Amino acid sequence: MSAALDHDVILKLEDVSKVYAGTVAVKQATFEVRKGAVNVLVGENGAGKSTLMKIIAGVEQPTAGRIMLDGNEVSFSSSGDAVARGIGMVFQELNLFGNMTVAENIFATREITNLFGKIDRKTQELRAGEFLDRLEAGIRPDTLVEDLRIGQQQLVEIAKAVSLDARILIMDEPTSALSAAEVEILFKVIADLKARGVAIVYISHRLEELIRIGDYITVLRDGRITGQEEVKNVDTQWIVRQMIGSDAKDFAKADGHQPGEEIFRAEDICLPRVTGGMAVDHVSLSLRAGEILGIYGLMGAGRSELFDCIMGRHGHASGEIFIDGKHIMERDTTRRIRRGLALIPEDRQREGLVSILSVASNLTLASLSRFVRLFHIRGGAERQAVTQMVRELAIKVADPTQEVSSLSGGNQQKVVIGKALLTGPKVLLMDEPSRGIDVGAKADVFRTMRKLSRDGLGILFATSDLDEVMALSDRIAVMSNGRLTGMFDRTEASEAAIVAASALGHGPAPAHPAPVNGEQSR
Amino acid sequence: MTDIPARAAPTTASGGSALLTLMKLRTFIALIAVLVFFSIAAPNFLSAANLILMAKHVALNAFLAMGMTFVIITGGIDLSVGSIVGLCGMVAGYLVLNGIDLHVGYTIYFNVVEIALITLAVGILIGAVNGLLITRLNVAPFIATLGVLYVARGLALLSSDGRTFPNLVGKPELGTTGFGFLGAGRLAGLPVSIWILIVVALGAAYLARYTPLGRHIFAVGGNERAARISGVRVNMVKMFVYMFSGFCAAIVGLIISSELMASHPATGESFELNAIAAAVLGGTSMSGGRGTIGGTIVGAFVIGILSDGLVMMGVSSFWQMVIKGLVIIVAVVVDQAQRRLQQRVTLMQMAKAG
Repeated sequence: MSAALDHDVILKLEDVSKVYAGTVAVKQATFEVRKGAVNVLVGENGAGKSTLMKIIAGVEQPTAGRIMLDGNEVSFSSSGDAVARGIGMVFQELNLFGNMTVAENIFATREITNLFGKIDRKTQELRAGEFLDRLEAGIRPDTLVEDLRIGQQQLVEIAKAVSLDARILIMDEPTSALSAAEVEILFKVIADLKARGVAIVYISHRLEELIRIGDYITVLRDGRITGQEEVKNVDTQWIVRQMIGSDAKDFAKADGHQPGEEIFRAEDICLPRVTGGMAVDHVSLSLRAGEILGIYGLMGAGRSELFDCIMGRHGHASGEIFIDGKHIMERDTTRRIRRGLALIPEDRQREGLVSILSVASNLTLASLSRFVRLFHIRGGAERQAVTQMVRELAIKVADPTQEVSSLSGGNQQKVVIGKALLTGPKVLLMDEPSRGIDVGAKADVFRTMRKLSRDGLGILFATSDLDEVMALSDRIAVMSNGRLTGMFDRTEASEAAIVAASALGHGPAPAHPAPVNGEQSR
Repeated sequence: MTDIPARAAPTTASGGSALLTLMKLRTFIALIAVLVFFSIAAPNFLSAANLILMAKHVALNAFLAMGMTFVIITGGIDLSVGSIVGLCGMVAGYLVLNGIDLHVGYTIYFNVVEIALITLAVGILIGAVNGLLITRLNVAPFIATLGVLYVARGLALLSSDGRTFPNLVGKPELGTTGFGFLGAGRLAGLPVSIWILIVVALGAAYLARYTPLGRHIFAVGGNERAARISGVRVNMVKMFVYMFSGFCAAIVGLIISSELMASHPATGESFELNAIAAAVLGGTSMSGGRGTIGGTIVGAFVIGILSDGLVMMGVSSFWQMVIKGLVIIVAVVVDQAQRRLQQRVTLMQMAKAG
């Protein structure tokens, strides 16, 4: 892997353009994919990365330009064509069948059959198991995909692509839902594929990741390629400059305001798992007004489940919550929202938005009662609130009556945040608020979090991104296997201590349910 | 009834092709087309008497279709409405003829207003049963309402042993006269049933557009999980739509009994299918989240006028069915085409905007 120059170009796009009705998604891009290397592609949302990749994978056909594979011009009329030539792709949006098992998904359209055309389920599951084992996913091949969490589904998607035995493997944001540990495993798999001469095209928003595993980097901006380099010659500053044209601060700076009184307390939250054990295991924590409490944890650590319990989404959860010192007796989501809780869910599409309704209707969905006189929605008041929220959160939308699905990911996320804010919450629960959105929108989201905390909201936010939790939190809680395994002040937190705490839950049970505070001061 | 383009309007507010506008108005255009066609092809079609007669026919289906529209928007279906029509008709007929025997030598007779209210309550109650089965016991709407379809029809037949309650004129000394007013009465020249339709339709359209409940109905159909997390009481919304559907069916039961001055237990068989057809023709999406009351009413008129007009032309009822089916299929095909075109136009607008 040392002699970078030996990496032959296996696939080359020459002056490729792609025009959709009215928009130019890719403008005369020339992009080389090298064998046995990780070819990184980076750019903001809408820069044209996904389009470029879909062209390589045969999903889209270029409007102009040539595709050269092994020096010969080729054209793919369908993704089947591309697969036949050894090009596989892990899609950003999961393309899995929720109603089928993991094995059936991995072998979809290439089912292993016996002489009579009957699907050989055993062999399929065995083979699928091998691929899953390589990803150390701990997923049984006979589980239904819809029963898996998003992160696990992403692993299945990766296993499916790897199983194609492709010469060129495109990965579009493969880590957006993975935990740190899983990312490590994925990187091992990538290194392994690289060693076998597979050309990998890797797309991600996480810049550190790109620097770590990339060999060649290509930066896209507005459909044009603005930079091509060997990764060893670049740093994050360079990438960001190429991406957005100037230096950008990733995280909004703390403004040094002091948190106030306790605004929220959770006591002894428990949620039994269907399969036995506890998804949330005796978690207690407290949050002050104007404080940002980051909850770090790997996938399956129970962060989302804790939020669900707090919002009253599980009838069989136990534990008590307090807002402003007052015991909240209401156990259903509707009334807890009224008491000042709001959740920004992890999965925007499935839980955050009603995609066929307009931006405006989505924004006010949770707070309609504010605009109602008797039973009549006052259109003027509603429009005014919508306009104000669109401006405040810098949601890029020409007309709020547009369907929300026509917005980009980052702007959709802002709509979800706006919806929560319109309910006038005291405590905001944000589950992976920056997942799958571009750098610009991320910065906006972080800035909003800072502003809200300055206004006195208590913010609990869950993330599996170490940088994020370090940069944004006033305090950091760590969860592992359903338990709270660490609680650090920002001043005393170190990445090493946090990572160590995030693995604690899987060890032998401690004498006390949850060791809290000053975990790393020992 | 000018409500059809209302919900769709915002998306075209900033321009859009003429074709798209035509497609959006398709149900309206279809309505005008059938009106024009039959006024030429069928003599007497445009006479006031005939128009009023047709409106009375259409009204029955329109009531059911409105209830159905809300149910379908939430992503459900209500197959039981036809049976509720039959059962409610029997309830009304029974009360007019027999009152309630208390088995202690007394029988309570209700006046006509009370009878109407009790009948409506029965319809709402059956709707509530549908709602409870679906929300509390997690029975799929198709199955729950299919079960209730059979149960309600069976009860209707049991109530009279399968016989008709005839001659519902009532007795003046018991205060049960005047039952015919709903079906035969007129106010300012229009049949009472049309007035009721206007009132209920305006109420339903208002509910859909200007109340939180209406917004919640669309949200539940668009994404139930997101609605729930946003604090929408999903179960209450579902209970409401099935109860409203039952209410509409009870109105139809009353009107039909009143028109015939008799209650027959088989009344309303397969009405649910006509109601679904009208809703779909009016642009309601079977996958939930989309639909308008105005569209549904226009859809009901297209179906109703089509069948009445064909009868007047002397077309055989077998051909009528074929034509009705084709119209429904064409409507859905155009609906899909419109949606695709809409997406293209939106894309182009976004491209223009930058």
